Amino acid sequence: MSSFQLSALGALIRNSAVYRSIIRHGVANTNRNRSLVVFENLFLHVHPVKVREKTLKFSHTYWLGGITLVASFVLIVTGIFLMFYYHPSVPQAYRDMKELMFVVDNGVFYRNMHRWAAHLMVFGALLHMLRVFYHRAYKPPRQFNWVVGVILLLVTLLLSYTGYLLPWDQLAFWGVSVGTNMAKEAPLVGKPLRFLMLGGNIVSENALLRFYVLHCVVLPTVLLLFLSVHIWRIRKDGGVQGPPEKDASDEVEP
Amino acid sequence: MSQIPQPFVPVESNDPMVVPKRVAMVRPDTRPTIRRREEKFVMTFPHLIIREVIMFQVVVIGLAVIALLFNAPLEGLANPLETPNPSKAPWYFLGLQELLHYFPPVVAGVVIPGLVVVALVVIPYARINLVAGPLWSGDRAKLRNGIAAVTVALTVLFAAFQCWAIVVPTLMVAAAMFVARGEGKGQPFRRFLTQVTLPEWIMTWFVLVATVLTLIGTFFRGPGWSLVWPWNMYPPA
Repeated sequence: MSSFQLSALGALIRNSAVYRSIIRHGVANTNRNRSLVVFENLFLHVHPVKVREKTLKFSHTYWLGGITLVASFVLIVTGIFLMFYYHPSVPQAYRDMKELMFVVDNGVFYRNMHRWAAHLMVFGALLHMLRVFYHRAYKPPRQFNWVVGVILLLVTLLLSYTGYLLPWDQLAFWGVSVGTNMAKEAPLVGKPLRFLMLGGNIVSENALLRFYVLHCVVLPTVLLLFLSVHIWRIRKDGGVQGPPEKDASDEVEP
Repeated sequence: MSQIPQPFVPVESNDPMVVPKRVAMVRPDTRPTIRRREEKFVMTFPHLIIREVIMFQVVVIGLAVIALLFNAPLEGLANPLETPNPSKAPWYFLGLQELLHYFPPVVAGVVIPGLVVVALVVIPYARINLVAGPLWSGDRAKLRNGIAAVTVALTVLFAAFQCWAIVVPTLMVAAAMFVARGEGKGQPFRRFLTQVTLPEWIMTWFVLVATVLTLIGTFFRGPGWSLVWPWNMYPPA
């Protein structure tokens, strides 16, 4: 019995027709109701109803994939806040940065949070990949999910890189100039690809607009698509895989 | 003409022809949920969900604290006519930018990153990653010659371009591989090294090289991509 249900107000809410139309199971104090909490909920139903106890250990995954996922969630929320104050044009984009820092309530906080969450997402994805490699969690049946993970890493880098240009300060402009000059060197496709990305031969307002569209619409959509596949496949492939386990042949029956 | 069904009589016998034994075939590469050992399970709600909520809160609060303490950088308005020296890409590309200092652009900017992505994708499909045991458990003489040959080849290749930032980690990893040849009796770290597989050695080498290159590119490169101390990166004009 939870204290929430014991209070008079709690009982009133819990027994109301509206609440019971949304949450169709009783208090989660029986295993049946605890199961229903998980599989009657859109957001929780990728979980199995029961998990192996050892997967709860911190050293099982170090939560690296989860931390990367939370970072991307923070990025989406703060990114939407920033979009309300941002115009992808020259030099208005830079003025909007100053506006965020000195005029908008909490603007500097959300910009900072977006920036540091972006670093966390790149760093977390790299560490997560290494954790999976050293735990040999790419083994069958998880091969395809590893490939999806590599795609997600590339999308993460592209997201971070397109966002890097948006403030339109010296750091952004020259950082992107250096990077896109590298892309130019690819045989045959290099120069046309760079022209396509930048909408010209130099980093200009066309490049800013294209990077903005990629950063705010195209790449987040691709990320969410592959992220959904990634998380769904974890469940389908038998849950999170921690440190390498002994082969079944080595095991002794209890 | 229905027959009267025979009454069911349980038979006790050790003769498999009388009482067949059921046999389950489990392939060695099946998922870990098919195990003979009894695993202890717990309810996802509350045990796992509460941990996920706590992790979410820790990350969000941690990011909020960092965002309150440290401002995101913002320099002057972009000016295509004024190139900062050095001008650097974001940190995760500085390893590649450091390579650009040693190799022609097509190698540093296209060939090497392309090879890295291909290598990452094929990891779960390469047989060696699925079956590898401890490094020195196979044909030791053949392995010794192989590692020595590859090390010499890599060292000569990168030394030809004077790329000591790759030569030094390569030699370090090769030395560690030979240290792992022994038994490692009484030394926990050496005993741990003896268990490392070849794919793990290769990945460790790659991570070490990438880290060294990124650190040099981030902290030790100044005007004209010259080697500097971190505190002299932007010398006073």
